[in-house]
This record gives sequence, C-alpha cells and structure tokens, in this order.
Amino acid sequence: MTNEQLAKQAIQIRRNIVKMVANAKSGHPGGSLSAVEIMQTIYDKEMHLTQENVKDTVRNKFVLSKGHASPVLYATLSAFGFIDEEELMTFRKINTRLQGHPNMNYVDAVDMSTGSLGQGISTAVGMALSNKIRHNDYRVHVLIGDGECEEGQVWEAAMAAAHYELDNLVAVLDFNGLQIDGDIKDVMNPTPFDKKFEAFGWNVIEVLDGHDYDALASAFEAARACKGKPSLILAHTVKGKGISYMENNAGWHGSAPNAEQLEIALNDLGGND
Amino acid sequence: MGKMATREAYGKALAELVAQNESVVVLDADLSKSTKTADAKKVCPERHKNMGIAEGNMMAVAAGLAAQGETVFASTFAIFAAGRAFEQIRNSICYPKLNVKVCATHAGITVGEDGASHQSVEDLALMRAIPNMTVISPCDAASTKKAVFAAAALHGPVYMRLGRLGVEDVYTEEECNFEIGKGIVIHEGKDVVIIATGYMVQQAKAACEMLREKGIEPTLIDMHTIKPIDKDLILKYAESASLVVTCEEHNVLGGLGSAVSEVLSQAMPRKMVMVGLQDTFGESGTPAELVEKYGLTAKHVCEAVVKGLE
Repeated sequence: MTNEQLAKQAIQIRRNIVKMVANAKSGHPGGSLSAVEIMQTIYDKEMHLTQENVKDTVRNKFVLSKGHASPVLYATLSAFGFIDEEELMTFRKINTRLQGHPNMNYVDAVDMSTGSLGQGISTAVGMALSNKIRHNDYRVHVLIGDGECEEGQVWEAAMAAAHYELDNLVAVLDFNGLQIDGDIKDVMNPTPFDKKFEAFGWNVIEVLDGHDYDALASAFEAARACKGKPSLILAHTVKGKGISYMENNAGWHGSAPNAEQLEIALNDLGGND
Repeated sequence: MGKMATREAYGKALAELVAQNESVVVLDADLSKSTKTADAKKVCPERHKNMGIAEGNMMAVAAGLAAQGETVFASTFAIFAAGRAFEQIRNSICYPKLNVKVCATHAGITVGEDGASHQSVEDLALMRAIPNMTVISPCDAASTKKAVFAAAALHGPVYMRLGRLGVEDVYTEEECNFEIGKGIVIHEGKDVVIIATGYMVQQAKAACEMLREKGIEPTLIDMHTIKPIDKDLILKYAESASLVVTCEEHNVLGGLGSAVSEVLSQAMPRKMVMVGLQDTFGESGTPAELVEKYGLTAKHVCEAVVKGLE
C-alpha cells in the first residue's frame, strides 16, 4: 500500500478503536492508538498473511504481547480483511470471539492468546525457536509495551532470544512513555531501553517517529537484514495518538469514552458517519 | 521386580519418544541432569533446549513452540513448575489449550535433604484447578513410561508429577494397563477402598498386606490420573464399602483426597480418611525419616484404615 492509502486506513482503524471501546464501555484506547502505524506496517509489509495461509500452523506470526491493546489488533485485522467490520462491535460482549484480551482459538488470524504482560514475548521466542529447529524462513513479530518491560519475564525472554540467535524475531517496543499509574519514569523506570536491549545481545533500531510509515518500513528492513541476533525496533509513539483529549494522557490507558467524548473523537478523526 | 525413580523412568521414556517422534521438543531449566531430560538430549540434541534458570519464560516459550505444532515436554522441579510458573502455565499453556507436557520432578517430601523450599506439596491442587489441564501422577517405572507415551498422544496440556526417590516397581511393562483417566485396581476387596497416587501406591500396597493379616479385605486403586478423576471407578468400589481412604504425598488440601471427596460427596457420601501431609511444609532429612515423621508409611495407612473402620 502507498503511504496515502495507509494514512487513510489509519483513520478507519482509529475510528474503529474508539467506537469499539465506547460501545463496550471498557477497553484500552491509549495504547491501541499509539500502535496503529506499527500494526499497519507489520500487516501490510511483513506478515504476508492471506485468506489462503491464515489457518496454517507454520507461517509468519504476530504476537500482541501487550494484549490489552486488543482493539488495535482487531481493528487492523478487520482493515486487512480478516475480521468483519460489523463484528468489531461485539468486542468485550458476552459470547464474542473478540475477547477483552486476544484468544487464538477464536480468530484464525490471532496467533497467540495474550494479556498477562511479559508472557507474549516469551511465546514469540518459542515460535522463532521452532522456526530455527525446522530450518524455515518464517519470521515472528511481537509488540511489547514500555510499561510491560517492568516485568522480569521480558528480560528472561530477551536473554533467551539472544542466546539462541533468533534473528527471525523482531520485537517492536511501543514507547509511548505512559502506563496506567502515570509516566513510566515515575512509576518504575524501565529505561534506557536501547542500552538494556543492546546489553542483552539485541540489535536495536530506533525509530524517532513511530507513526512514520517510511521510518517503520526501513526499520523492519534493517531487522530482516540483521543476522545472528534478534532485533528490537524502539518506536517512539504518542499514547492516544489522533484523539485530541487522549494524546499523552495516562488517564486514557484503560477507560472508555462516553457518547459525547466519542463524538469529539470521531470529529478529530474526520467527522461522524 | 526392580527399583527406579519415576524421574529416571521419565528420562528413559522421553529419550525413546524423542527418537521416534519428530515433533517432540524438550525444554529444561538448568536441571536436565536431575529431571533426567539429559537422556533425551543425548539422543537428540537439536530438539533439546536449555532455557536456563528462568522457569516462567520456559513455560511461555513452550507455549510458543506448541503454537507451531511441536509436542513440547518442559521439565523442572515441581515447585518451580507448578509454583513459580503457575500463571504462565495457566495463561499461556492451558487457556489456549496448547500441546505442552509439564513434567515436574522432585515432587513431595521424598525430595529429602533439600528441605521444604524444594518439596512441592501443593502442585496437584494448583494444576488440577486449571481448566483444560490433565494431571497425572504415576507410581513406578512402567506406569511412568506408559504415561509419557500416553501424554504425547493426547493433544493438549498435561501436568505429570514425578519423584526423585527410587521406588519399587508395582507393574511389569507388559501387565501395566495404563490409560489416562482410568484408575488401576491392584486388589479387589470389600471392607474398605484405598485410593492412592504416586509414591503412596507402594505404601498402600504394603498396608494392604498388613490389613489382610488383620482380616480386613481392602480394595486398592492406583489413581494415577488426578484429573480427569475416574469417577465411575470410585463409585463402583465405594458402593459396597463403608470407608474410603485416600493416600497422597501431598497436602490433603486440594489434592487426590479432595478430588475423591468431590466425587463421593456429590454422588455417594462415604466416610473418608485422608492420608497425606496435614497442611504442613516438610523439612530436611532422609526420605525415610521424613515419611515416618509426616505419616506417609504403610504403617500409617494401615492405622488410618483400622481407625476409620472402628
């Protein structure tokens, strides 16, 4: 897709994110909105996911380690044709396939059940390890949160990925700087991410604007070119990106907009439909 | 009949399995010489991966491997598997129903000198409370071998409880009719039903001989599968008995005794006595000293039956 097409699609994804969360009266908009361009880049350029291969056990995989950002996963999968747009409004409702945190057994395109922070990146290590054992070229992508890096398991996974030289694994760190209780540096400072991941044996690629398609695309290209170690794309993003009153506001980590707030949000995203 | 620890039988069976089943991947957390997965590593080093001293990561890595279609055996001590990595097993393995066999050794107080920090007395309770989990606790070498192959053939999560201590064979490989979810009747009697698992099967078997000398005819069941528990078998034998005695090298809260009482109390109330750890930690000592002090010998089982029948 061209950048113009992607930008148009991003508006559709963001509109669906806020609508889903408002409709469910619960969910996590802030960290979903920060990761829209990252998710689009992964599904447009890296995954090569098709209706034909989506049911395959062995193919390129994506793990949403920050599973609470499920709205951006579902809305992105919908934009790429793997979930019907109407189904998005069942998000978090009884009997839905679109659980609050992703369930891999309900949706073919969801590659791992996640939600408990720190575990998704380990499962991605397992997938990449399997691809190494089987000598195939499939790649594994995992999106982790910045607050999530306060979990010790992230570093256990980082150690294992470097130890087994998993150059088929790329982690994207959605560095929006905020977690539920506030600024990550105030709650429990997990930075500096670049030095830490480098010290753990990773190839770190910094993307100063995690909403810039060209920068993200070249970062993934650089990750693919790196041999012998896993890559981390450290993407600086804006939490709540695109919604005036949500941007850089930790309060919108895990709360839903009311009807009035939804209208403002949709206006920010090009008006009501 | 010989003597072998169930962890040793596990190591030998896994080495056999990994050689013949190309989909098997083995993970260990720096304890492969103790859990005996080192045997599988010798046979197939490319499908044995050491994950270091990081059990939580190991269980979630196991889940990722299983999501790729691998049949994963992940081993460490029971306390670190069921205890430390409980939530990884719950959320990354059982919730998505992935094909991971958590084979945990050094369960119970017969670990011995390492003491309470390394003696898991809660693992059956923890593992059986997780939806989608199958829980197996074999008593000897032959049943452990059968359990390993049966677990590999079952698609989905399995927890297998294994011991450190060498134990007497209960079965020959030929006569061991092992099927997940089906208890094995070792003796048929009428007065009392003794249901034992793991290490306590041998103790209960010896207790049966003492009881017969006293004119008591016990039924003895090896309940190697704690979940799903063999409800039909429990009810069949409890029907004609006035007393049901459960025996486990585990806390009496939440393990085999609880599982059996859940069946009986809802369908056929019977008086029960639960032989096991009475809500206490273990301590350092030789296995023989520990089972004596904590009431897990044949003599203790025999006394429990006699007292229960009074």
